[in-house]
Amino acid sequence: MNPSRVCHLFRFLLGALLTFVVTGFLRAQENPYMVAYDHNLEEPGNLEVEYFSTFGTQRGGPNFHAFWSEFEYGVTAWWTTELYLSGQTTFGDSTVFTGYRWENRVRPLKNEHWINPVLYVEFEDINGADKILKEVEGHDVESDFLTPNGLARQERKHEVELKLILSSNYKGWNFTENTLAVKNLSNEPWEFGYALGASRPLTLKGAAQKCNFCLQHFIAGVEMYGGLGDRYSFGLHETSHYLAPGLAWNLPSGWTLKIEPTFGLNDNSHQFLLRWGVSYEIAGFGQKVSQLFKGKSE
Amino acid sequence: MKLSVSVMLAAALLSCSCFLCAAQGKPEKTEPTSVYAELEKAPAKYRVKPNPLTKEKNAVAAGKVLFEEHCAECHGENAIGSKKAPSLRAKEVQEVPPGTLFWILTNGIVRKGMPVWSKLPEPQRWQLVTYVQSLGPAEATENRTPAKP
Repeated sequence: MNPSRVCHLFRFLLGALLTFVVTGFLRAQENPYMVAYDHNLEEPGNLEVEYFSTFGTQRGGPNFHAFWSEFEYGVTAWWTTELYLSGQTTFGDSTVFTGYRWENRVRPLKNEHWINPVLYVEFEDINGADKILKEVEGHDVESDFLTPNGLARQERKHEVELKLILSSNYKGWNFTENTLAVKNLSNEPWEFGYALGASRPLTLKGAAQKCNFCLQHFIAGVEMYGGLGDRYSFGLHETSHYLAPGLAWNLPSGWTLKIEPTFGLNDNSHQFLLRWGVSYEIAGFGQKVSQLFKGKSE
Repeated sequence: MKLSVSVMLAAALLSCSCFLCAAQGKPEKTEPTSVYAELEKAPAKYRVKPNPLTKEKNAVAAGKVLFEEHCAECHGENAIGSKKAPSLRAKEVQEVPPGTLFWILTNGIVRKGMPVWSKLPEPQRWQLVTYVQSLGPAEATENRTPAKP
């Protein structure tokens, strides 16, 4: 490799590391949803690094632990882009990397309205062993997860996922409705799904001093999501559905913790999932990185 | 073949995204007079909205905490602005009706980089307005005509 390229690469990596260490924090204000999206995008220039985990029960087979990392970046105040890397461990079987997703959320309207639309486009390159249940679509059912990892990972899925996110804030509450359409690019029919959510901070006023345990930092909510069949068999027949109460704790230090016990609502659903996640928001990440490339300091 | 095409497509999209990420740090060319022009766009019903927290003892202190957590990164610790966002101590901001600032907070100026803060509950947005307007006018330090409001 060209030495100057090595030098640039080293400079970039060192800079990225320093950026991570020295950039300021920003307190996130995350809703507790794991599946549904609201219309709040990442602040421009901020990077949110997230880790999520799902423990799932499985009838007729071993339980599993699926996990994923998200790198969410606010490109502008109206556009957020996000990269996911996912994997899973099926107990008594193996641990496998299951692929990546790249999503983009765009807010088409300038101002805040009663209902705020956000357009969502995602490209997925995952394999059949994926179990993160980040969305439920089509005729996804619990028995799909019985295939052993060695066999399941041989199936490659290249999918495009579109969502219309409609979200409202009213008197401290957030209400959100997501409809989704997924197309496997290997000539499979469009599949559909939905997610609904409602959440509210435990108190609406801010405290007069910094505190970790003030009620304003806790947001409680509930979400419901499931599949709606596909183009040829639209509806609830052979679909799975979930109900999930959740809690987010937005710490003033920039960390957010989320937990969400999830309950299957019919026989096609996993009976119980326990999801949790932790995230950290790095303020001014984009600016620091761009200054690194320009070779000048603030 | 299909795999390599999709990987190439994803790489191209990622590169595009990285370019835009880097470009995000660039200051936009904005006329000095237009920095505070958005304040004039506040609808009349917001301009006449009174601040419900003017008589509340803790509103300024709570607003300060919120400001440090959400706003200081761009507007500076003392709200006197930075390269990323303008001073909130400018006369233009300090003298507008509180409802105008509430409207800006609620709607953001998304095309110019100011995020929407409707995710903060209304009382917290009013606490922020109360704090900002309690600071009074002051000269910005280094960048009187910053890139983005």
